[in-house]
Order: sequence, then C-alpha cells, then structure tokens
Amino acid sequence: MMVDIQGLTKKYGSFTALDNLTLSLDEGVVFGFVGANGAGKSTTFSILATLLSPTSGDAFINGKSVVKEPKEVRKLIGYMPDFFGVYDQLKADEYLDFYGASYGLSHAERQVLIPQLLELVNLSHKRYEYVDLLSRGMKQRLCLARSLIHDPKVLILDEPASGLDPRARVEMRDILKHLKSMGKTILISSHILPELAEMCDEIGVIDNGKLIAHGNVATIQQQLQGDKRIIVKVIDQIERARQFFEEDPLISSIELEDTNSLAFNYRGSTDDQVQLLRKALLADLPIYALREEEKDLEDVFMAITKGADVV
Amino acid sequence: MMGRFSNPVLLKELKLRFRAFKSFSGLMFYLAVLCIFVAGFLLIYTQFSGTGFFRPSDSFTMFAVLSVLQMGLVMFITPGLTAGAISTEREKQTLNILLTTTQSSTQIIVGKLLSSVVFLVLMLVAGLPLYSLVFLFGGVSPSQFITIFLFYLVTLIAIGSIGIMFSTITKRTIVSMIATYGAMIFLAGITAFFFFVGVSMEQMQAQTGNVQNLTPFSPITYFWASINPGALMITMLYPDMSNALESIVGISLPIWIVYLIFYMLITVICLFIATRKLRANMKTNR
Repeated sequence: MMVDIQGLTKKYGSFTALDNLTLSLDEGVVFGFVGANGAGKSTTFSILATLLSPTSGDAFINGKSVVKEPKEVRKLIGYMPDFFGVYDQLKADEYLDFYGASYGLSHAERQVLIPQLLELVNLSHKRYEYVDLLSRGMKQRLCLARSLIHDPKVLILDEPASGLDPRARVEMRDILKHLKSMGKTILISSHILPELAEMCDEIGVIDNGKLIAHGNVATIQQQLQGDKRIIVKVIDQIERARQFFEEDPLISSIELEDTNSLAFNYRGSTDDQVQLLRKALLADLPIYALREEEKDLEDVFMAITKGADVV
Repeated sequence: MMGRFSNPVLLKELKLRFRAFKSFSGLMFYLAVLCIFVAGFLLIYTQFSGTGFFRPSDSFTMFAVLSVLQMGLVMFITPGLTAGAISTEREKQTLNILLTTTQSSTQIIVGKLLSSVVFLVLMLVAGLPLYSLVFLFGGVSPSQFITIFLFYLVTLIAIGSIGIMFSTITKRTIVSMIATYGAMIFLAGITAFFFFVGVSMEQMQAQTGNVQNLTPFSPITYFWASINPGALMITMLYPDMSNALESIVGISLPIWIVYLIFYMLITVICLFIATRKLRANMKTNR
C-alpha cells in the first residue's frame, strides 16, 4: 500500500477540519479528492506533505509515518500546493537546480534531470527565461516539474489546474496522464470534476472533514445518485400527463419543462419504472419519449455541497 | 565532500541578493556615506590645522569616528536584511514548498543567516579602501583594526540572528522588522540609558553617604555597559575608558568578555528558537 491514512483528525480549537479520515491507496493509483472549499482537502494534503501535524491519527507513505519520519516521507513525495510563489529572479533551470540541490541531488544528477523535466512539462524553450516572465500556466507546469525533481513515488497536487485557461488545463491534464503512465501514485484535488473523472482511478468525496464516499468514478456516481430524474415528452396532452404522473406515489417534484415535456423525481426501481410506462401507455397518453437524466460528477458535487445526506 | 557542506538556501540567497538592484544601491549608498564623511573629515581637519597637515592623532580620531559610523550603519542595515528572511518566503508563498524538501530546519535558518552575514561582510570589506587612508596617515595599529572588525562580526551575527528569529515567529515582515529594530534599539540605546541611570543612582547614594547600598547596583550597571555596543567600542578605541568604567562599577572583568558571551548566547538562543519554530506546525520539527 503506497498511501495509508489512518483515523486522521485535525482540530483548530473547537473547529474540526478533519474528522477521523481513513483511506488507503495502492501504488500507481490516481486518486481524485473532491469537496467544497474548506471541506478538508488541503488540510489532508498538508498533513501528507509533512507541513502540518494531525491532532490524532497518522498517515503512512510507503510505510513511513508522516508524524514520526517526516524527513523520510519528504523523499517519497512531490508536493504542489494550491497557492504557491516562485523566486522571481531565478531562471527556470536555476529554479529546478535549487530544488534539486535541496533534495540532495548532486550537480551532475541535476544537469541530467533538469532538461528532461523541462521537456516533460513542455518548457524546454523557456529554460533560460526568468520565472517571473512565465505565464501562470507555465509557472504551474514548472512547479509540477519541481515536484518531480527527486523522482518521488507519490505526487500530492492541490488544485493543480486552478486559475488556468482551458488550453493550459488540457496541457496540465496531458502531463498528469503521462505521469500516470509512469506509474506514479497521484493524489489530486480539483473542482473540475469531469477532468478528475477522466483521469482518476478512484475518487474520494470529503465534506466537513469527513470522507463521505470513496471508490471508482462509476461507484461514486451510483452511490450518490439518489432519486432519478425522469423526463417525459408528450404530444399535446401535457396537462393530462401531469395529472396522471401526480397520482403515482413514487413520483415527486413534477415540473413542466415546456409545452411538450415534463420532468419529475422517481424513487422507484427499474421494474417500477417499466410498470409506470406500461400504465401510461394503457391510459392512452401520447408519450413519444421517456429518458432518465444522467447525473455527472458536477451534479454529485453540487448535491454534496448543498449538504445532501449521502452514503 | 563539497556536497556535505553546501547549503542550497545560502547559494540561492546569494544569487538572488546579488542580482537585486537594491543590493547594489544599498552598497553604493553605504560607500557614498563613508566617502562623504572621510572627504569632509580630511577637508575640515586640513583647513583647521592651518598648515594643511594631517597629524596621526587626527588620523586616529577619523578612525574612531569612522568606526562608530560604520557600526551605526551595520546596526541599521542588519535588521533590514534579516528581519524578512523567513517571513518574506511565507508572504511570497514559497516557504511551504521549501519545507517539503529534505533540507533540515537548521540548514534553512543557517543558510538565511549566512547569506545576510556575507552581504554585510562584503559591505565592510568594500569600505576597507576608505579605512586604508587611516593607515596612510598612521596612529592606528592593525590589531586595533582587526579587533574592531571582529566586534562588527559578532554584533552583526547576533542582530542578524534576532532578525531571523523574529522573521520565523511572526507572520508578517513588517512586524518582524519592527520587533528587530526594537531589540536593536534596546541593545544600543536603552542599555546605555540604564547604565547612566545606574551610575547616577550610585553617585547620588555616594553623595548622601549611603555607601553600604552601593554594591547591589554595581553588577547590574556593569552588565548594562557590557552589553552596549557603543560602550564596548569606546573601550576598544580608548582603553583608558575601560579602566574608568571598572572604577565606576568596581568590577575588573573586561567588558568585552561579557559582551562576547552575551551576544554569542543571543545568537545561539535566537537560532535555536528559529530552528524550532520554522516547522511550527509539525510536532517533530525535523
């Protein structure tokens, strides 16, 4: 097990930022951490990055405790915080050189690694440019290269795509896919959930410091689905259709979407849904379409941040 | 072998410092002040002597005033260089990344301190050509000169350590700057005030004939004089003053010993606190 979080709790006075978080990740897994602002994502990442001590519990990176062996853990992790600065008067290669030296790499090793890392993040052409002249997206990629300088087993990336334009996001995503193919264990938090769904093997949903769901993307969606939202399209007799569906006890929140369609929440099973459709056809309703609205991760996120009671 | 002693923070800081325009402008300002002073001093003394000669005794006076001026500049500049060492990293959001590297807290703190010390030493060395004028006219021994420079070094390392400590324990550079200048004012000014208060009280008691209460004041009065950079500088320039001080407070221990112990202690304590507090959010602080 590459990352093993056991009962991690962090309290600031009476406020509990992290509440008994337990989570395990195998080597090579890309884990997406989802949650609203202040849910506890950055606190978790700060503890894993050895920047913060937990009030109780512990976390292990490749068997090394972040509380008892922080120096060993630092060799194993590459950390990219959500907000970070750069040394303005250093050039891109000097920036990487400084951090390489900070991880104890020899001059010769750094000279080999720096061009490779700049190539990896598509910044070879900016090697001798001052860091403050780089765009936000380039700085993010340079910071990512910096977090890779000592070849860590685990990457902890806190909102790596925040503040980037769509093109820079795509570039960042491509780099992360490449890192995934290199077998790195990656923990990534983001609000851009469809992107997480695309590249993550597992998703964890955190709310008010508690991990409320954990699994692969499909499982999470299923877990958090709740009531189905069904859309029915009817020719002409929309009012009659509304009265018909209102009588069904499994249906709630009926809304007329336009003159031909209505939508409602349905908490019945698939078999119940078949029976409902059969009854509607027997009642001679001119239904020409019926479909279930799919919830994506964005909907899941919205449901969570509204305080939906899931899991 | 070299890798064992290399300090990435020190090298990075030196690179950044010597690339910054403010370092050169600061150095230029410092040398300009010294140049104006030396030129003015030479002009005034040659004019007043009437003969156009510059006597060795005048040369010693120039050395003494130049040393005090340089001390003042060092004490003024050191807090500015060190009080933002860690807090600026925090404000620029580069500290967290630095703390996740495998560098120890001691390495980071020492690197920060040494980079400032190196720059200050450069300033002192850059002023040497002006000092050399003193040797041209005579009146000052090389040992006196070296002693003064060692005194600068001890003082600037101690003030630098105070600056680094405040920079580590406070979140904002401005607060750290105020605290460091406050500490410096205490060491350079308030201690002198306490010394004079102590001496005055002793004199008053001596005049009223209440001599038996004199002794408890003396060690404290002596202590205030011992930790005051100005007092030590005066005793180094004018050894007779040291004897006078001893007779006032009744202690024969040279004040430079107390000064050295006190400032080394300050350095060690401040660096220890800074090292402990750098990773304040981690229990183990490694």
